[in-house]
Amino acid sequence: MASVSPVNGINEPTNEARTLPRRFAVSSNASSLQNLSQRFKISALKVFYGAKQVLQGIDLDIPANVVTAVIGPSGCGKSTLLRTLNRMHETIRHARMEGTILLDGEDILGLDVVRLRRRVGMVFQRPNPFPKSIFENVAYGLRINGYSGKLSESVEHSLRRAALWDEVKDQLHKSAYALSGGQQQRLCIARALAVDPEVLLLDEPCSALDPVTTAKIEELLFQLKPTCTIVIVTHNMQQAARTSDFSAFLLEGRLVEYQPTAKLFTNPSDPRTEAYITGRFG
Amino acid sequence: MSLRMAWRKSINIVMLSLTGACTLLAVSVLFFILGYLVWHGGKDVNWNFFVKLPAPVGESGGGMANAIVGSAKLLLLAMLLGVPVGVLTGIYLAEFGGRTFGFLVRYTADLLNGVPSIVIGIFAYAVVVIPMHHFSTLAGGFALGVMTIPITVRSTEEFLRAVPNHLREAALALGASKWKAILTVVLPAASAGILTGIMLALARVAGETAPLIFTAFGNPFWSSGWNEPIASLPVMIYNYALGAYADWHEQAWAAGLVLLAFVLLVNITTRLILSRKISVSR
Repeated sequence: MASVSPVNGINEPTNEARTLPRRFAVSSNASSLQNLSQRFKISALKVFYGAKQVLQGIDLDIPANVVTAVIGPSGCGKSTLLRTLNRMHETIRHARMEGTILLDGEDILGLDVVRLRRRVGMVFQRPNPFPKSIFENVAYGLRINGYSGKLSESVEHSLRRAALWDEVKDQLHKSAYALSGGQQQRLCIARALAVDPEVLLLDEPCSALDPVTTAKIEELLFQLKPTCTIVIVTHNMQQAARTSDFSAFLLEGRLVEYQPTAKLFTNPSDPRTEAYITGRFG
Repeated sequence: MSLRMAWRKSINIVMLSLTGACTLLAVSVLFFILGYLVWHGGKDVNWNFFVKLPAPVGESGGGMANAIVGSAKLLLLAMLLGVPVGVLTGIYLAEFGGRTFGFLVRYTADLLNGVPSIVIGIFAYAVVVIPMHHFSTLAGGFALGVMTIPITVRSTEEFLRAVPNHLREAALALGASKWKAILTVVLPAASAGILTGIMLALARVAGETAPLIFTAFGNPFWSSGWNEPIASLPVMIYNYALGAYADWHEQAWAAGLVLLAFVLLVNITTRLILSRKISVSR
């Protein structure tokens, strides 16, 4: 497997890494988890929906300013894990968590949930723009948080970060529904970025999108990496391999393996991981 | 065998014609009423009808300006009472209500909707007219307002439930509190529907006579304030239709035509609003 280029810390994507036709093109290889500063420290995380236990005790550290992918078959709890990181699981009736999640050393259960969700933004599986104008969609998070600066500058900045500005700058006051699916998803990313989160959680952000649009969003993740910690849940293993620095493999609510992506996809240490990434189940 | 076949065929034809004839009858009732009203009342719907007070007995001419204004004032009061209570209860049911309590509230609203209007009238008489010792606009508005509550509750709830959940999630994930998400995203998305629900509720009570007879009572002159008895189109129709004079009957038909035109107009407007809204949000 070519182009596994060990670079220290944050990795710049090389063109080569993304154009080579391979089963798993690996974007980068942060060589070790220990050398990086940790954004999230998850320990003994258990989540229940009513009587059903979805996460069976997860210990996972998510490093700052890299992309971490969470993979695993349907129903393994990867979306649930993602949702607990900004306490969105609390919007589900009868959901309850045990264990601790530290964000920059602070217990997220001790944080004000509004503050937490400002710091940890989320992008969902299906593009879900508000039935408002493009401008108002991006400005929403700023407005509800009582932003005092210039809205239009901030909206432009966020749209640029989401690589959408050039496509929408002349139609900011049109309905967000007039955009294509991929543009809507980038709008949702811009909307999440507008409040300047430290972390961006993406829950299968490309599963409803075509390959060209998917490539645009993956490109975007590379560009966001220096300023934002990214956690992406994906069904698509090529996508995990292309976009992430670290990968966590979940199975039936347990963390099976957590490695630098290059290692997990080329030389997994657990036979179940190997079985999953080679398509023997899931 | 062929006899049986012929019998079956003839039964088929008879039933088909019967259902068709009944359908025709059902839809023609409205046109029949409309035609009848235009025939009898059309010539009296003139400028005077809208700007003049009823003529004294024995004089011809005159209008129902006081009843038109009266109906408008009563509907305004009904709206002031019914809209906040109905919409807020609808929000509670759709967004907060638990299963059992929500079911009870919903069921109660449906029962209230089924309470005969004359009973609502007696209720308003007992709680407003008797303590005040006289008939009044307030009492009439109260009776009509009570009648709009269940309709507004149920329509608000239905339209809020139709707002997709991913919009709520998007707002919550941006750090909106639940109430803020409802106020800034869910309610605007459902606003056209809620508005039409309110309009339909008003159209429904605009023609109510029974609750007004012993609350707002009626008034041949301008009502001087909210504390005075007041004329309204339905009560005017009731009084004039029972009167002994031919030109009173004509006036009653004219009032009926105006009232029906108002109700039809409201219904058509709501249809237009809803169809426009649907085409915008796909």
